[in-house]
Amino acid sequence: MYKPSCHRMTGLFGVCLFQGLENGRYSRNLMQLCKQAQPRWGTFQHFTFLKRLYVTKMSNGLCQHAKPKQEPLGSPLVERPHLAQEQTVIRHVQQIPAFSQDPSTVTFSSEEKKEENISTVVSEITHESGEVKQWKEIRVHLEDLPGIYARLSKIKLTALVVTTAAAGYIMAPVPFDLSVFLLTSVGTGLASCAANSINQYFEVPFDSNMNRTKKRPLVRGQLSPLHAVTFAGACTVPGIALLTFGVNPLTGALGAFNIFLYTCCYTPLKRLSIANTWVGALVGAIPPVMGWTAATGSLGAGALLMGAILYSWQFPHFNALSWNLREDYSRGGYRMMSVTHPALCKKVALRHSLALIGLSALAPALDVTTWTFPLISLPINLYISYLSFQFYRDSDRKSARKLFFCSLWHLPMLLLLMLTCKKACTSKEDTLVTSS
Amino acid sequence: SENCIFPGESWHCLLCISFFSDSCGLYNVPKIKKRLYLSQAPEFIPPENSQYDWIGPPDPVSNLRPIRFHVAANESTLEKHLRLFRQETEEWNQKFWATQNSSFIKEKEEFITSCLKAEGLGLKDENGGKRKLSAEKMAEFYKDFLNKNWQKHADYNKEWYKRNITITFLMGKVTLQMFWKRRYTSDRSWYLPV
Repeated sequence: MYKPSCHRMTGLFGVCLFQGLENGRYSRNLMQLCKQAQPRWGTFQHFTFLKRLYVTKMSNGLCQHAKPKQEPLGSPLVERPHLAQEQTVIRHVQQIPAFSQDPSTVTFSSEEKKEENISTVVSEITHESGEVKQWKEIRVHLEDLPGIYARLSKIKLTALVVTTAAAGYIMAPVPFDLSVFLLTSVGTGLASCAANSINQYFEVPFDSNMNRTKKRPLVRGQLSPLHAVTFAGACTVPGIALLTFGVNPLTGALGAFNIFLYTCCYTPLKRLSIANTWVGALVGAIPPVMGWTAATGSLGAGALLMGAILYSWQFPHFNALSWNLREDYSRGGYRMMSVTHPALCKKVALRHSLALIGLSALAPALDVTTWTFPLISLPINLYISYLSFQFYRDSDRKSARKLFFCSLWHLPMLLLLMLTCKKACTSKEDTLVTSS
Repeated sequence: SENCIFPGESWHCLLCISFFSDSCGLYNVPKIKKRLYLSQAPEFIPPENSQYDWIGPPDPVSNLRPIRFHVAANESTLEKHLRLFRQETEEWNQKFWATQNSSFIKEKEEFITSCLKAEGLGLKDENGGKRKLSAEKMAEFYKDFLNKNWQKHADYNKEWYKRNITITFLMGKVTLQMFWKRRYTSDRSWYLPV
């Protein structure tokens, strides 16, 4: 069905090459396409970079690579119902007399003026038809929902939060109970999903203006605001109920408080004051405390230590991330230390990286771990402190990136080392004493 | 404030209106005769047989995606109120962000030009490319821009939260109304919103 249009498209492609040199957008697309498609040059699919939305339907193997990266497109599955509308658009393009009859006339001829007119018309039409194709129906397809919900709830961040809560549970000096552990993990996960959804619900226009966040579901219209709020409600209620009735009321209260802190304090504060970073660090510190309280039922010194370690970790992590986003934050109106108080930003990151060493040394003193822990965690703590110092001294993009990526592996590593050095549970000794 | 299209509005007022709008009749949305800072995309007309709203590509200046709201044949008063309010909010948002982004770009260029002039350097470097300032120098501009616009951002934020919550509330009411009509009447033409 698409074979006749192959020749037309080849001609169209040739003409657009000329126009593309002046029009940065197409030359950028073209360059990207050439780079990505070189091994398979010459197939029809590659000449349809103007009809990139169709590629996914025509060839299962090639689809993703032919798409220019920066264009925000819906998932391939969303395209299916619009086939009728897209065919209408193809027909419209084919009716243009300048290139529908014989594509060989549309070549690099010496009549530059005529060529320019044709190419202008062609690029305008393809530009307009390209724009028209980017309009999408705001309609939810059930098969897309899991992916959309995953993006709405920031599933990777949620997974990290659940990991820290699980670590808090395992580090608690009580026998391991699988059912309570699972309930805590699921409840914390649901609470995190709810908080992230409400955060995205409030931040739609801001997310649209930042490169990092412009592909979120609410920004792209894949969900309505009501749907997002309903999803958040559907996560909050079972999540908090699981924590309150399945685990204990203290953990449930901490979960509810954390959702409130994130949605009603951190999210609005982001645009009002730099204090949002400290509130955000507190939000990150509460999950391991929840894990500990789920196990022991009370807020012990160990719980506060786990919270303090996560709290301190947030600063090198976030301050380094925000350093390279200063332009976006400024334009979007986000008040972050990296923009308004850069010296403080670097100082705080260094201060808290050094604090991690101190907190690791405190762990055995509070009977959370053995004395091996501060020793084996010293290399990674020293390394992150060294990178923080480099960031403090150099304050450039490179050192900020290095520190950020280090923080991403530093936390899981630290938690793992902590688990391996956990102080043995004392309940065995108690039972031995009572039986003798 | 300049961002508030409904003068004298309060949070309480908006909630009451959204709660009782069905019974009080249509809320008088002031007509915006001139669509300011309109999206530069060509006008898009949704297909006639579509029963849903359509969302377009991001506007090049404001980065917001325009929505074409579907007008149902049997649109109720509440649905009309919701649609007009969403339309009005979209235009208000478009105006704010188009102004914000254009002034950011303009002020950034002015800052770069004045800094280069102060150092006695031209706008183009040795290779003919555009001369850029260091990240540290640009950070001064970003900090200044943010501090200068603090009050504007705070006002916008407050207004946006009010509108967003009102729209969601109205959408909830419309959904309930549609459920009721589908359940208790023979009218199957009511499509549930997303």
